[in-house]
Amino acid sequence: MNIHIPTPLRAYTGGQQTVNVAGSTAAEALKKLTETYPELQQHLYSAEGKLRSFVNVYLNDDDIRYLPQKEATPVSEDDELTIIPSIAGGCSIH
Amino acid sequence: MLKVRYSDYEALRAHGEETYPHECCGALLGTVGPDGNQVEQTVRAGNTRSDRAHDRYNIAPEELIKIQRQARKLGLDIVGFYHSHPDCPAQWSKTDFEEAHWVGCSYVITRIDLGKAVVTNSFLLTGTGEDDKQFVDEAIEIKTN
Repeated sequence: MNIHIPTPLRAYTGGQQTVNVAGSTAAEALKKLTETYPELQQHLYSAEGKLRSFVNVYLNDDDIRYLPQKEATPVSEDDELTIIPSIAGGCSIH
Repeated sequence: MLKVRYSDYEALRAHGEETYPHECCGALLGTVGPDGNQVEQTVRAGNTRSDRAHDRYNIAPEELIKIQRQARKLGLDIVGFYHSHPDCPAQWSKTDFEEAHWVGCSYVITRIDLGKAVVTNSFLLTGTGEDDKQFVDEAIEIKTN
């Protein structure tokens, strides 16, 4: 399956914007991704191994955090994972 | 340096005037060159922070994914984002910094005073990640054609 890499993380995938990996679940595919590109690990996951709060991972059009099986959701070759960091802010400091 | 066409520069400033007194937000599609990010297209996004849109913005991840797909189809990348600061300086805030995660991207901020775009500044998010990221002032080159 294809995993789409956002601009800021392409420095750790050799500049590739899409990486093809094998895996039967979203978790397996992501594990394969970080095994292939180990530098991605710290940018995607906390020291405790949890997906960082500002990193969104979508399976096709669904946030994997809200899928019933979350990262254990089965995937097929035709599915796509998209990694997308959040974008937010604002002028208030409060 | 951020390179942007005059029409795109005006478009992002006009967006901030339209949404005043609320913050506007959007993405900058383009290419990464040896001397900086070059904008080829601006894409408006909705501000999901309806609870306090006067001083906060957030782009829904679903919308970001659509924007990223749009960029891919055009052979472009997301090279930055823009938002407005209604009646606030065109400088990044603590909130802007804490919520900035797109290293290598330009964050463009426009001050809107009483509905009129005043100052527009760009800040490049540099570093390798959360531990060493920082905003660096970035000149904006406005192209007239």
